Amino acid sequence: MSTPFYVSPQQAMADRAEYARKGIARGRSLVVLQYADGIVFVGENPSRALHKFSEIYDRIGFAAAGKYNEYENLRIGGVRYADLRGYTYDRDDVTARGLANVYAQTLGTIFSSAGEKPYEVELVVAEVGETPEGDQIYRLPHDGSIVDEHGSVAVGGNAEQISTFLDQRHQDGMTLSEALKLAVQGLSRDTNGSEREIPAERLEVAVLDRTRPQQRKFKRIAGRQLSRLLTAEGAAATTEAESDAVSDESSSDD
Amino acid sequence: MEANPRSTGRLPAAFLTPGSSSFMDFLSEHQPEMLPGNRQLPPTQGVIEAPHGTTIVSVTFPGGVVLAGDRRATMGNVIAQRDIEKVFPADEYSAVGIAGTAGLAVEMVKLFQLELEHFEKVEGAQLSLEGKANRLSTMIRSNLGMAMQGLAVVPLFAGYDVDREKGRIFSYDVTGGRSEEHGFAATGSGSVFARGAMKKLYRENLTEEQATTLVVQALYDAADDDSATGGPDVARRIFPIVTVITDDGFRRLTDDESAEIARSILERRLEQPDGPRAALL
Repeated sequence: MSTPFYVSPQQAMADRAEYARKGIARGRSLVVLQYADGIVFVGENPSRALHKFSEIYDRIGFAAAGKYNEYENLRIGGVRYADLRGYTYDRDDVTARGLANVYAQTLGTIFSSAGEKPYEVELVVAEVGETPEGDQIYRLPHDGSIVDEHGSVAVGGNAEQISTFLDQRHQDGMTLSEALKLAVQGLSRDTNGSEREIPAERLEVAVLDRTRPQQRKFKRIAGRQLSRLLTAEGAAATTEAESDAVSDESSSDD
Repeated sequence: MEANPRSTGRLPAAFLTPGSSSFMDFLSEHQPEMLPGNRQLPPTQGVIEAPHGTTIVSVTFPGGVVLAGDRRATMGNVIAQRDIEKVFPADEYSAVGIAGTAGLAVEMVKLFQLELEHFEKVEGAQLSLEGKANRLSTMIRSNLGMAMQGLAVVPLFAGYDVDREKGRIFSYDVTGGRSEEHGFAATGSGSVFARGAMKKLYRENLTEEQATTLVVQALYDAADDDSATGGPDVARRIFPIVTVITDDGFRRLTDDESAEIARSILERRLEQPDGPRAALL
């Protein structure tokens, strides 16, 4: 038997992180933004059936970038965790913080166990509160760390650039239409800084809407409702975002 | 046990194993003791005393279905609760009303609601109405052991079938046997009287308003002849629970709406205690 080469722990971890990051970067980025009535998830997704966003529980939504089979597995695990917890205790005892912790532990264990391949996924767990101050957004990178985010967050290959773009322009109390347009502007920026157009049919959009009368606040937005929101004339609050050189691509979406 | 849901550690392997979209299947593999059907019962002498829910009625009309229940729970000859709720939404397009042992029935409804919601979240699509009705069958069957000891749960399941675009009603027996009912159905101790009333009042072209009135008439007649069924309680302002399911989804009438129906029926009964009359021929 040949003697195994010595690899320092630092090097091993760096290699694993590099591997996971490359996998994530192959997929498209997605963004999650707070708006006045809740939290909106926006991503480019040519598939109608394989979702990047989904409902976990009453007020909790899930978004993922990276390898589909891996995040789908985590999503179902999360639904099982939430449903079991709600069944054991009460629906109010299911929280995004608890779920994010479980995901962080799971991703962290997988990342640092030598026997397993690291997951090539980056997750967002969001919970809509009674008021915007009660909203919670957690970003979970591949290594099991956990980041508490506010306002806007982007995950995926091009996340850093989009994050910077959104951070500069996102404001509290935006309408859904404004937040959605800003998100699409962010997603349309390529790594090299150029713009491309994302037609409405390729967008996957979902919201956690605190004004929904139902107990379950998650809702997908598609079809006519989506095009209406994308073409709606923005209120005064958008002026700052649009004063940038960025042209308003939403008007050419239909 | 590693299944401890309070633990904030890594998700146990069972959570990440691809498998069934059913929450009950997941529980039976992961924490079988949580399933009501797997509970070990000590041998008991005679019938266990526990509060019982009584009468549930349901009627279809073009475009939907109405499901309603009285508010009384009894334990032997004692009224255990005057304002119990026995009609629940199962999901957006269906509802379940329960007669029988109240504690077990409420637990069964909770698990049934979760089962439908879990499937919907995992699969991204709703079960068919038929599928939902079958799922409820399985749950009743798993309660058979308890039913043999007198703790039976006999639900009535009603829903709007979005594929066939009409309201449908399913009734069950204690063994989980299910049958689709056409027009109207009732379950519970007052059901014989309620069914008699509905048989005389039912027509195929009822409006939604007429259908909600019909079920309250039927509940009144059940309460009239069955001591375990509660009539409208004007003094305490406790009125029957009436729910309507159409293509707009599930809606429970507000207390004011059901009070209004109950009051108008009460007023008419002061003049005509036996209620509306059907033509003799």
